[in-house]
Amino acid sequence: MRYLERRLVHGLLLLIGASLLCFAFSALAPGNFFDEMKLNPQISPATIAALRSQYGLDQPLPVRYTNWVGSVIRGEWGYSFAYNCPVRSLLWVRACNTLLLTVLATVLVWLIAVPWGMWTAHRHGQWDDRITSACTSILIAIPELVVALVFLAWAVRTHALPAGGMTSANADAFGGGARLRDVARHLVIPVTTLVLASLPILLRHVRASMVEVLEAPFIQAARAHGIAGFRLLFRYALPAAANPLSSLFGFSVAGLLSGSLLVEVITGWPGLGPLLLEASMARDVYVVVGSVMASTLLMILGSIVADVLLVTLDPRIRVT
Amino acid sequence: MVAFRGRTQPLGTCAKPAYAPAVLRMRGLRVTYGAAPVPALAGVDAEIRRGEIVGVLGESGSGKSTLALSILGLLPKSATTAGYIWFDEMNLLTLEERDWRTKRGAQIAMVFQDPALALSPVMRVGDQIAEVLRAHGRTSTQAHIAGLLNEVGLADTERFYRAYPHQLSGGELHRIAIAQALSCRPEIVIADEPTQSLDASKQNEILDVLQALNRRFASTLIFITHNPALLSGFADRVMVMYGGRLVEEGPVAAVFHKPLHPYTKALLQLVPSEESCKRRGGEHLPAIPGNLSPSDYSAKGCIFASRCSLKTSVCEEESPGQIAPEEGRRVSCFNYVH
Amino acid sequence: MVDAVTDVDFEIASASLTALVGESGSGKSTMGRCLAMLERTDHGDIWFRERKISELSDGEMRALRPQLQMIFQDSARALNPRFTATEIIAEPLGVQRKLSGAQLRSRACELMEEVGLSRNWADRRPLEFSGGQRQRLAIARAIALKPAFIVLDESLSGLDLSTQAQILNLLLDLQKAHALTYLLISHDLGLVGQVADYVAVMHQGRIVEQGPRQVVFQNPKHEHTQALLRSVRPLENWSRAAHVGGQS
Repeated sequence: MRYLERRLVHGLLLLIGASLLCFAFSALAPGNFFDEMKLNPQISPATIAALRSQYGLDQPLPVRYTNWVGSVIRGEWGYSFAYNCPVRSLLWVRACNTLLLTVLATVLVWLIAVPWGMWTAHRHGQWDDRITSACTSILIAIPELVVALVFLAWAVRTHALPAGGMTSANADAFGGGARLRDVARHLVIPVTTLVLASLPILLRHVRASMVEVLEAPFIQAARAHGIAGFRLLFRYALPAAANPLSSLFGFSVAGLLSGSLLVEVITGWPGLGPLLLEASMARDVYVVVGSVMASTLLMILGSIVADVLLVTLDPRIRVT
Repeated sequence: MVAFRGRTQPLGTCAKPAYAPAVLRMRGLRVTYGAAPVPALAGVDAEIRRGEIVGVLGESGSGKSTLALSILGLLPKSATTAGYIWFDEMNLLTLEERDWRTKRGAQIAMVFQDPALALSPVMRVGDQIAEVLRAHGRTSTQAHIAGLLNEVGLADTERFYRAYPHQLSGGELHRIAIAQALSCRPEIVIADEPTQSLDASKQNEILDVLQALNRRFASTLIFITHNPALLSGFADRVMVMYGGRLVEEGPVAAVFHKPLHPYTKALLQLVPSEESCKRRGGEHLPAIPGNLSPSDYSAKGCIFASRCSLKTSVCEEESPGQIAPEEGRRVSCFNYVH
Repeated sequence: MVDAVTDVDFEIASASLTALVGESGSGKSTMGRCLAMLERTDHGDIWFRERKISELSDGEMRALRPQLQMIFQDSARALNPRFTATEIIAEPLGVQRKLSGAQLRSRACELMEEVGLSRNWADRRPLEFSGGQRQRLAIARAIALKPAFIVLDESLSGLDLSTQAQILNLLLDLQKAHALTYLLISHDLGLVGQVADYVAVMHQGRIVEQGPRQVVFQNPKHEHTQALLRSVRPLENWSRAAHVGGQS
């Protein structure tokens, strides 16, 4: 328990550090939200200056930071200029959308990669192992972008699935069940893209870890005792191969909010990705900081999850 | 007086009657690993009798570990075999993988060299023994396993049941490996250098445990080692191996008292004794000159000829077969010491 | 916190083979590492050739290193598996900047032959050698800098009897040729009894008995020494038993 407390305190310090850096960097970036307005001849410079001071953008950096921290404590996480609302409500909706996508994709990837990786390790060197290797190599070489575009193009052609977005145009008219089905149909392409992007790497790691374990003396000793087949693979080999996989799982958790940015933008999924992109371009600075903080939070969580998993699964590792 | 360990057991109680039925029979056993230029085992003929403790004595390259793996069907897929190993009316060399499930662990079990490596590092010891029992349909309750641990001299069974291998000492792990191997009461137990990394006193304890269990369950023990001293006062018979061949065989007392094969004789001279400990400082040990080299394998004659002090011309021309100069003894040498 | 080694007074005579015996956990490996200056002692002094080496600075220690060498038990792990044989032997020479380039390689080959390894194996990697050959490689590396004192920490455990005998004979030859002093650390009393000049017995971090080999073996005073001697399995009693028909 002490260990967990320490990690949480470290995490908090990390968050504070990240927020400082984020603030500093966004202040370094030239321009601010109201620059676009300057281009509009109908709005006078005085109005812009007034708006700027209203939003506190003319204050020095430390003051702005302190105000922001106050806002975080109050639960607002700053204010979005573009959407005219507290950042928190904006982030919350978008983050949930992203999590829907990424959690589903992560679960699927792990559910597919672990058994498949174990199987190919068991069949090390045989024809099905080689085919799998070839497939993973090809998949790794293809960028996510291309995969997403191919699927979208196919969807547009065949109308089998909606080409992007999260809900259909007339979604409000649907009842509960129909709405669920609608979202599910929209999920297919982005989830498949994410799965295809991360599957080959995870598969290779699982396979490599299992191959190494299967060559260990204790596996031969277990075979000598008459243990075979699935029991040998799942009860003996997999737990021993879990160490590198724990770290990878930590990475998966860490990337739940940040890993899907590209796919969301391409498929028009209303998640954190497009929001961050939009806000960065528009200099909606508090939204940017808020998104980055949310991702950082998850990254810290992921790292803690990985360490806890490692300690739980491997009795040789004990926290000091 | 140098107070080396005195065995007070007279000869008679150790030796098993020569007419006990054979439980394992090997004829012309030949094993070559993949693309290796020389065979690991080159035609071994031997019988193992029920209830006896047989020592397989050999150094690295003698094929002793290959022998163990062949009996259990654990040779790599790339290995080619010839000859047969009869056990339970079947030839073990031609057994299908699915038929092995009822044999390995249940009828023939192995105690591996390094128990720290032979046990899964992430499973509790009790669970690992339970897995073996469950794999063969035996009771796997904690009480039963506690009984098994008691048999090998481990008293604090609760602690051992819940422990992980890395929490236990070498001696304790060796006992657990033995308990695991004997858990399904196999007919044959093969122990491959099971005392390698232990101190002398712990080694002796493990040998005592193995001997006691052999007596108690009347199971057969094949004990593989490179150190003849371990077989003294422990094994009934010894099979001396060199270069994949059986060069001498017989009751331990007889072979150690009067070794027939020059290799056995030279090897026994290297075992520390009260005599050898009186040697002057700086004096050389009577090492066997040379090494086992690939050319020995392809030579026409005796494989030991290049290192043998009793070599004659016939030794380089022909390979000596098995000669039985006495009841119960065999030697593969033209000039055996008699 | 347990002391590995306590209150030890110990002398090693020059050009001798002194053996340090004890069970695992008795502290003998720690002693060996301290004497080879691989570990610092908490208290006490170590003198080497009339010089107090336990309080040298790092620079002075580096200058003295060539004289104190150590050979470990597990040669497969003590030798860098990525280096070739000559690279392994030449490394200490290169580090101490005694030789360079082609001279390094030829000196390494000379050393290989001195320990009984063929020159043709100069480019093999450690794992391509047998256990005994690897220990020869380790010995070649140890004598490369012409040391005065070598600690052998269980270097012969795990080897076959005949390989052990050959390596021991090699070590004895090298001792005569280069006036080396050995500290042989082992739990195998039988092995020690065949070659040592002096024997020191350790138990739970202390030296409980020491003296010339014959004296310690013929007349062990401490009960632990007696226990160690009793655990050696001889072959002889069998022959005696066979002679008198079953009684020993």
